[in-house]
Amino acid sequence: MEQFQNDVAARDRGGPAQPLLAIRDLVKHFGSRRGWSGPWVGAKAGQRRGAVRAVDGVSFDVAKGETLGIVGESGCGKSTLARLVIQIIAADAGEVLFDGEAVGTSAPDLAAYRREVQMVFQDSYASLNPRLTIEDTVAFGPRVHGLSRRAAIVRAHDLISRVGLDPARFAARYPHELSGGQRQRVNIARALALQPRLLILDEAVSALDKSIEAQVLNLLVDLKAEFGLTYIFISHDLNVVRFMSDRVMVMYLGKVAELGACDVILASPRHPYTMALLASMPSMDPDRRTSEAPLFGDPPNPIDPPSGCRFHTRCRFAAPVCAATAPALAEVGPVHRVACLMATPGSGHPQAGVPEAA
Amino acid sequence: MSGEPIVDVQDLTVDFLGGVKSLRAVAGVDLTLRSGEVLALLGESGSGKTVTLRALMRLLPERRALIGGKVLVDGHDVRALSKSGLTAYRGRTIAMIFQEPGLALDPVYRVGDQIAEAVMHHEGASRRDARVRALALFERVRIPSAARRLDNYAHEMSGGMRQRAMIALALACRPKVLLADEPTTALDATVQIQVLLLLRELQRELGLAVIFVTHDIGVATEIADRIAVMYAGRIVETGACRDVIRTPAHPYTIGLLASRAGRALAKGERLAAIPGSPPDLANLPQGCAFAPRCERAQPVCEAAVPAEVAVSDGHCARCVFLHKSEATA
Amino acid sequence: MTAITGLGPDVPILPARRIGRGYWAGVGRRLLKDPVAIAAALVILVIVLAAILAPFVAPADPYRGSMLRRLRPVGDALYRLGSDELGRDMLSRLIYGGRLSLLMGLLPVVFAFFVGSTIGILAGFVGGRLNTVIMRTVDVFYAFPSVLLAIALSGALGAGILNAIVSLTVVFTPQVTRIAESVTTQIRTRDYVEAARVSGAGPLAIIRVHVLGNVLGPIFVYTTSLISVSMILASGLSFLGLGSKPPEPEWGLMLNTLRTAIYVQPVVAALPGAMIFITSISFNLLSDGLRSAMEVK
Repeated sequence: MEQFQNDVAARDRGGPAQPLLAIRDLVKHFGSRRGWSGPWVGAKAGQRRGAVRAVDGVSFDVAKGETLGIVGESGCGKSTLARLVIQIIAADAGEVLFDGEAVGTSAPDLAAYRREVQMVFQDSYASLNPRLTIEDTVAFGPRVHGLSRRAAIVRAHDLISRVGLDPARFAARYPHELSGGQRQRVNIARALALQPRLLILDEAVSALDKSIEAQVLNLLVDLKAEFGLTYIFISHDLNVVRFMSDRVMVMYLGKVAELGACDVILASPRHPYTMALLASMPSMDPDRRTSEAPLFGDPPNPIDPPSGCRFHTRCRFAAPVCAATAPALAEVGPVHRVACLMATPGSGHPQAGVPEAA
Repeated sequence: MSGEPIVDVQDLTVDFLGGVKSLRAVAGVDLTLRSGEVLALLGESGSGKTVTLRALMRLLPERRALIGGKVLVDGHDVRALSKSGLTAYRGRTIAMIFQEPGLALDPVYRVGDQIAEAVMHHEGASRRDARVRALALFERVRIPSAARRLDNYAHEMSGGMRQRAMIALALACRPKVLLADEPTTALDATVQIQVLLLLRELQRELGLAVIFVTHDIGVATEIADRIAVMYAGRIVETGACRDVIRTPAHPYTIGLLASRAGRALAKGERLAAIPGSPPDLANLPQGCAFAPRCERAQPVCEAAVPAEVAVSDGHCARCVFLHKSEATA
Repeated sequence: MTAITGLGPDVPILPARRIGRGYWAGVGRRLLKDPVAIAAALVILVIVLAAILAPFVAPADPYRGSMLRRLRPVGDALYRLGSDELGRDMLSRLIYGGRLSLLMGLLPVVFAFFVGSTIGILAGFVGGRLNTVIMRTVDVFYAFPSVLLAIALSGALGAGILNAIVSLTVVFTPQVTRIAESVTTQIRTRDYVEAARVSGAGPLAIIRVHVLGNVLGPIFVYTTSLISVSMILASGLSFLGLGSKPPEPEWGLMLNTLRTAIYVQPVVAALPGAMIFITSISFNLLSDGLRSAMEVK
């Protein structure tokens, strides 16, 4: 029986130094609609309703073999970003470079790209066709790309067992006969069936029970090592991101707020939003409970975001200059970048330093 | 915290009829809650925590759900209440907030009107007085521009604000007991902590007794005075928050705490996951329901459901391997 | 090899090829437990079989009349269900009439199913401007009351069975198209369709594997509910002289020709109406039962 292989090394083009994925200035605005929702944020009476600026200029790299965690709350654009990376929606501007080559929109380009990048969705039940058996679901991708039915089923069975399910018991079952954790394993098997190099996990464990979440996280770690994968791990749960990721990117309202090594960012964050996110995590110590909420109000709507720095309306360090100037990502460490005027020397913020003499 | 328990539940069972055989969702739950106390019901899907909560308000489908045992809330025998008694009981004695505020807020009425309606119905107040109360409640739950927000519809509010409005609605008639069914699960982290702190503050101020259902240990840690851990329809461990979190006794609780991704882990270390799947309520094993997943399981565990053993004062668990005053790390 | 994280003995071993656990098998099982649906199905079966086996089942020649034995009542020695205004045996004419009535009732729905599904699924899947164009055109037809539209079209095309079938097909296609488009639009946004696109599947593969299986079910059920309406409309057209022509036995036409006899033999005159009613309501109940059986899950 053919063992499932992932020929990552054979398909590598640029070598280890080249990022597997490079995103440059990606922008996606969803068309302006006359919204039915009332003016609860930002818009005043009579103001023209703008587009939803879901992703508004995001750039980052993903190195080969690493796990990049993306965190953010609702409206930050992380799900849209995932869909842009995987090219099921078209970006308005910006580029996606995979292993050095730009991903085009022509059919053969996309077909090849599809074999390299796959995604696992959040809702394990909705991601599976209720009319197909597990093995048919997993075998669908390979069949689309030309594998014969028998070979595809064999590969499906192999993958189903690799994700921890016994093919004899599960291959011929339907999704409604499986539990949430088992379904999510099937989703992972389905994503791996095409032998991708990059796997995007969009809140893949968020809907699972905590005990099952731990199992699936362990599985993901094992699979990554076994198949030489690179992960983009999107989650709202900072603890999970901390466990899984090498580097973390914090998003707010369609822009990158902070980006850097996981330990550094979560231990000493530089962006006020990251600080607030960390402080919002429920305490693990019953004797040291949180006494004050770090932020007030809900994350704003990506329609008509605040001017200048998008976070300035909720930031306790905000200065007048923050409403006027949008900060660019500034380097504050060897692999640590922050989009905050406090970290940009010479920006005009009272806490910013003086620019170093050339 | 006063003497007599305000919620006294003994041997609560809930069976769902229909289909080939009935399904026992709750299999003998004992709960006591004093006024001013917050109890967290911690458990995963299928543990029976939501069903337990709804049984306290008789929110389960009348014909399909069979409730057994003693359920006393503020002196009312909940199971014996008549239709009219039930309507008076809900809202005045006990109220509930849900995970989805959309469930409690009617989308075609303004939010302020819904609160006013509840007040008018239960207390016979005039519309103007009821509106005044609604405004006061909105300010209490920290909704900004409260007067303007009273005239909003539910869909015009953000998630966090809807949740606050639902809390206001629940508290409109000054209930003595508040039931919270995972109210923060669907909220973002920064909003969740605000709502949790608000609930804590309101609970302290109004002296409410709260039963808070959650699957998140962190949330339970933040809000609870006492924690009851549920598994397969039974309470497997109960005790003061500090005791359960620092010195858990039941293997399931130990496993849950050990499998948290937030624990300090060495690089490359795997999570200590609990093996197996959540129990199938239709096919529960004979003895301890957790035995198939427990690393300490012995044949004695499968013989009968373990009885409750006191680990320390106020802290007990259902495990045959526990002896009095044994604290297991 | 990844260690299989223990999953416990919760799931029994299954044989490699399983039958009867799929969705449609479940639907069939639930349907068999529904007494109303079973009764309706049996009634339809009887009527259909009688229509197919008419030459063997009917006691007399439906075309041969006798001016002497006109309008005999029900229970007559010669004619079990009486005789019509030209002395023809009612029972035979009702049995033979089933053929045409069923044909004129079922065929338009069948055609509408295929045509409407194709257009609707296409419109639903493609979305955007093409969808708008198609659906607004469909709306124009949908705006007409079906009876009026049927009469108008039949009038324009002329009388005759074929023309009646065509006009009824045109009447029902927009309704099926609407349902098909609506269901397809729902399915199109499901995660598993998105996952299929992420797998690199082209639109045809996605439609074939993922959309059709999930969409045809609801469309089919809706279409079966149209059968009862179709039978009534077909009979109505024949009643008005726009469908089948005498001397063909057809229930609607028989109602028309027996109109004058209503004061003489009311029961006999009402019999064709009773047949239309029974058949139509049986299809209706069966369709309801099918919908309930499909609703679970």
